[in-house]
Amino acid sequence: MATVVCKQPMVDELTILKERLAELPDPEIPVLTLQDLGVLRSVEVKDGEVVVTMTPTYSGCPAMDAMANAVRDVLNASPMPGRVETVFDPPWTTDWLSESGRRKLEEYGIAPPVGSSDKRSLLGEDAAVPCPRCRSKSTRLISQFGSTACKALYQCNDCLEPFDYFKCH
Amino acid sequence: MSVDNSQDLFEFALRLGDDALTLGHRLSEWTAHAPFLEEDIALGNIALDLVGRARLLLDYAGKVEDAGRSEDQLAYLRDAREYRNLLICELPRGDFADTMARQLLVDAFEVPYFEALTKSNDRTLAGIAGKAIKEVRYHLRHSAGWVTRLGDGTDESREKIAGALERVWGYAAEMFETDATEQRLVDQGIAVQREPLKAAWDETIQTVLSQATLTVPDADWQVTGGRTGDHTEHLGFLLAELQFVQRAYPGLSW
Repeated sequence: MATVVCKQPMVDELTILKERLAELPDPEIPVLTLQDLGVLRSVEVKDGEVVVTMTPTYSGCPAMDAMANAVRDVLNASPMPGRVETVFDPPWTTDWLSESGRRKLEEYGIAPPVGSSDKRSLLGEDAAVPCPRCRSKSTRLISQFGSTACKALYQCNDCLEPFDYFKCH
Repeated sequence: MSVDNSQDLFEFALRLGDDALTLGHRLSEWTAHAPFLEEDIALGNIALDLVGRARLLLDYAGKVEDAGRSEDQLAYLRDAREYRNLLICELPRGDFADTMARQLLVDAFEVPYFEALTKSNDRTLAGIAGKAIKEVRYHLRHSAGWVTRLGDGTDESREKIAGALERVWGYAAEMFETDATEQRLVDQGIAVQREPLKAAWDETIQTVLSQATLTVPDADWQVTGGRTGDHTEHLGFLLAELQFVQRAYPGLSW
């Protein structure tokens, strides 16, 4: 094989790869991409290898393995060699959720996180979570723990619709 | 200066991993048995946080030990005497009041503990603590809410939670013991001194129990021994269930 080093196509392959990675949906909340969620931290080339850095959401989130596998599938389909690196520090926070991610969540019927993760009191009341359906601010917490690790269950006092809340983390 | 602390570090990661694994397993026993659906999901979620934390810590312990043991081998192939968890984590789930009383005592400890561990010089432990702290804050809100509701509820719920607190109380002291192994790691800025966290714990417990119109138990007994492998008889039964598949079919994988 000829050893012609050609930089330009590599860059293009990387652009394509980045686009493909940016489209990967969250396995539990498919309206969100891993990028919206902030789980996909970076895509870099180190020593001729693509390194995709990911940060897990919750310690025991069962979707993490599915996410990493989806990223590996994209890497395997690319002509560039690559691997996934998991980092815990700094820890993932809902503050990393993109603006478009928050909007998509709300349109999907999941209330996006209210406020910042570190500014809530330990045992006090939660901030009001607006209903994603009718926008009423009169809602109540049904359970701190919902259908997935990242969600709590709320109900609207006005339209009575129960809804998921993507809780601050 | 370079001290070989790998033996201590292995032991420490194992302890924290075993705490999370045994308590997570106890909570997972509620799956499909909780009083109502939302609570079933809540206990399952908390169990998942704890088992996830256990995986990270046991994986790290295996790497530090450098003897080729994976997180699974550490979880499934050690006998009770080799487990290093706090006794409070292995106690049977009992009834719902027993589960919530134990959970409150542990959660109220884990909040200040993991807050402090995020400052560890060991980047892996600090990172794991950074994830854990966000989760334990939710756990504490959950257990504190239930202890309050049970204590300030009916005569029966009050009697049950008061009895449960009495029964578990003497197991709390072990959380505040720093032995020589952990002390060496504290001196290196890796582990957290446990005794000073008692004041914050006392305050949280006092706040919750007074909301619950309950009094703090004045039990004068305490039981310890988990860190040296001296467990209650309950751990063997827990492990029999947890480890059954790997013991019956060694090396089986999904």
